[in-house]
Amino acid sequence: MEQLNGWFTELLSGNAIFTANTLSFYWDGLVTTVQLVFLSLLIGVILAVPLAIGRGSKRRWIKLPIYAYTYVFRGTPLLIQLYLVYYGVVFFDGIQDSIFWVVFKQAFFPALIAFTLNTAAYTTEIFHGAIKNTAKGEIEAARAYGMSRKLMMRRIILPSAFRRALPAYGNEVIFMLHASAVASVVTIMDLTGAAYYVYARFYAPFQAFIFVALIYLCLTFSIMFLFRRLEKRLLAHLRPRGA
Amino acid sequence: MIDLQGYGPRLLEGALVTVELAVLSLILAVILGLLTASAKLSRNRLIHGIGTLYTTLVRGVPDLVLMMLLFYGGQIGINMLTDQLYYAFDIDIFINVDAFVAGVITIGLIFGAYMGETFRGAFQSVEEGQMEAARAYGMSPLLAFRRVRFPLMMRHALPGIGNNWMVLLKTTALVSIIGLTDMVRVAAEATKATHEPFLFMIPVALIYLLIATLSEWGFAKLTKRYNTGFGESSEWNN
Repeated sequence: MEQLNGWFTELLSGNAIFTANTLSFYWDGLVTTVQLVFLSLLIGVILAVPLAIGRGSKRRWIKLPIYAYTYVFRGTPLLIQLYLVYYGVVFFDGIQDSIFWVVFKQAFFPALIAFTLNTAAYTTEIFHGAIKNTAKGEIEAARAYGMSRKLMMRRIILPSAFRRALPAYGNEVIFMLHASAVASVVTIMDLTGAAYYVYARFYAPFQAFIFVALIYLCLTFSIMFLFRRLEKRLLAHLRPRGA
Repeated sequence: MIDLQGYGPRLLEGALVTVELAVLSLILAVILGLLTASAKLSRNRLIHGIGTLYTTLVRGVPDLVLMMLLFYGGQIGINMLTDQLYYAFDIDIFINVDAFVAGVITIGLIFGAYMGETFRGAFQSVEEGQMEAARAYGMSPLLAFRRVRFPLMMRHALPGIGNNWMVLLKTTALVSIIGLTDMVRVAAEATKATHEPFLFMIPVALIYLLIATLSEWGFAKLTKRYNTGFGESSEWNN
C-alpha cells in the first residue's frame, strides 16, 4: 500500500491537471452517476413490469393511457423532461413547506424522477414487445395444464419474456448511462459535471473530456460484459447444441 | 390563446434551428455511415480496424461528452493547427468555429457510427445472387450499386435509419447546453426569466412530438416504397 501510494504520488507530481484534488472530483462524479443510473433503472424496472402487462391489456382504458405515456416520454428529449421536473417541482402546492422539501431542494431527486420516468417508458415498450412475442405453444401448454391467467403470467409468460428482453434491456442500460450525462446541466456533479469543472478551471478540454470519456467507456464495456454473461446463462436453453 | 410573453417568435426560430440542425446532421451521418459500413466490410485490415475503432469509441461515450470535447476542444485544436501553420509556413489564417457548424459536425459524427452499424447489417443482407445477376447483365459497378445493391440494401436499412433519426432528433436538444440557440435553449432562458416552466417546455415537447409523428408517417411511406415487389409477391402467394 505504501509503495502503491508512493508510486501514485510520483505519477501525479509532474501533472498540473490530474492532481489528487481533481481526481477526487472525478471519483465523486463517478459515484453520483452510478447511484443516479442504478436507482432510476431499478425503480424503472419495477414500474415497467405492471405497465408492460397493462400495455397489452384488451381494455382500452388501461391500454391507451399507458401507450400515451410511453409515446410522450419516448418522443421528447430527456433534457426537456429533466427541465420540466427540475423547474416544475416547486409548483406543487405546499411542497416547500412539507417534509419532502429537504429532499427536493437538491437537484438529485428531480433528476432521479425524470430519469426514472424516462427509462420506465422505454423499458415498458421493451417488455411489452417481449411479452407479445411469447411463443403460442408455451401459452397453449400452460392452458392445457389448466393454469389461471395470473399463474400463467407469473410462471410462463413473464420468465420467458424477461429472457427475450435481456439484449434490448442491456442496450437500454447503456443508453441510460449515456443519457445521465445531462444531469450535469441542473447543477449535479456527476461524471460529466466533474469533467466540465476541470475543463473550466484549467481550460484543458482535451485532458478533462478524454479522461471522462475513458471512464464512460470502461463503464459501458463492463455493462456489456455483464449482460453477455447473463444472456449466456439465462438463454443457454435456446442455443443450438454443441455451439 | 396561450400567452408566450413575447417569446413566441424566438421559439419558432429555435424550432427552425432544431429542424435544420437535425436534417443537416442526418445527411452527414448517412454519408459517414455509408463510408463506415464500407470500411467495416473491407478486406483491408487497417481500414476495417479504423471503422471498428470509430464505431466502438463513439457508441461507448455519451453524446454530451463527445459534444463538449469537440466543441470546446475543437476551437483550441484548430488554433493549435493554425499556429503551427503560421510558424512552419508563415500562413496566417484564423478559423472561428461556428456553433451551428460544430453542432452539425458533432451530431453527424456521432450518428455516423450508429448509421454505419445499420448500413453494415443491411449490406450484408443483400443476396449475392442479385449482384451476380447485375454483373451478368453487364452493368458497371457504379450502375449495379445504384440500381441493385442500394435499393435492396435500403429495404433492410430503413427501420434502423428511422430509429436513428428519432434518437438524433432528440439528441439535438443537447446543443442547447453548449450554447446553440435551438428551441430548448429559448425555452430554458424563458423559464429562467419568467419562472413558468410549463408554459415554455410543454410547447417545445409538443413540437418534438409533432416532428416525431410526422417523420414516422414519412418513414412508413418510404418503407412502402422500398418494399415494392416484396409485399406484393407475398400477397399473391396467400
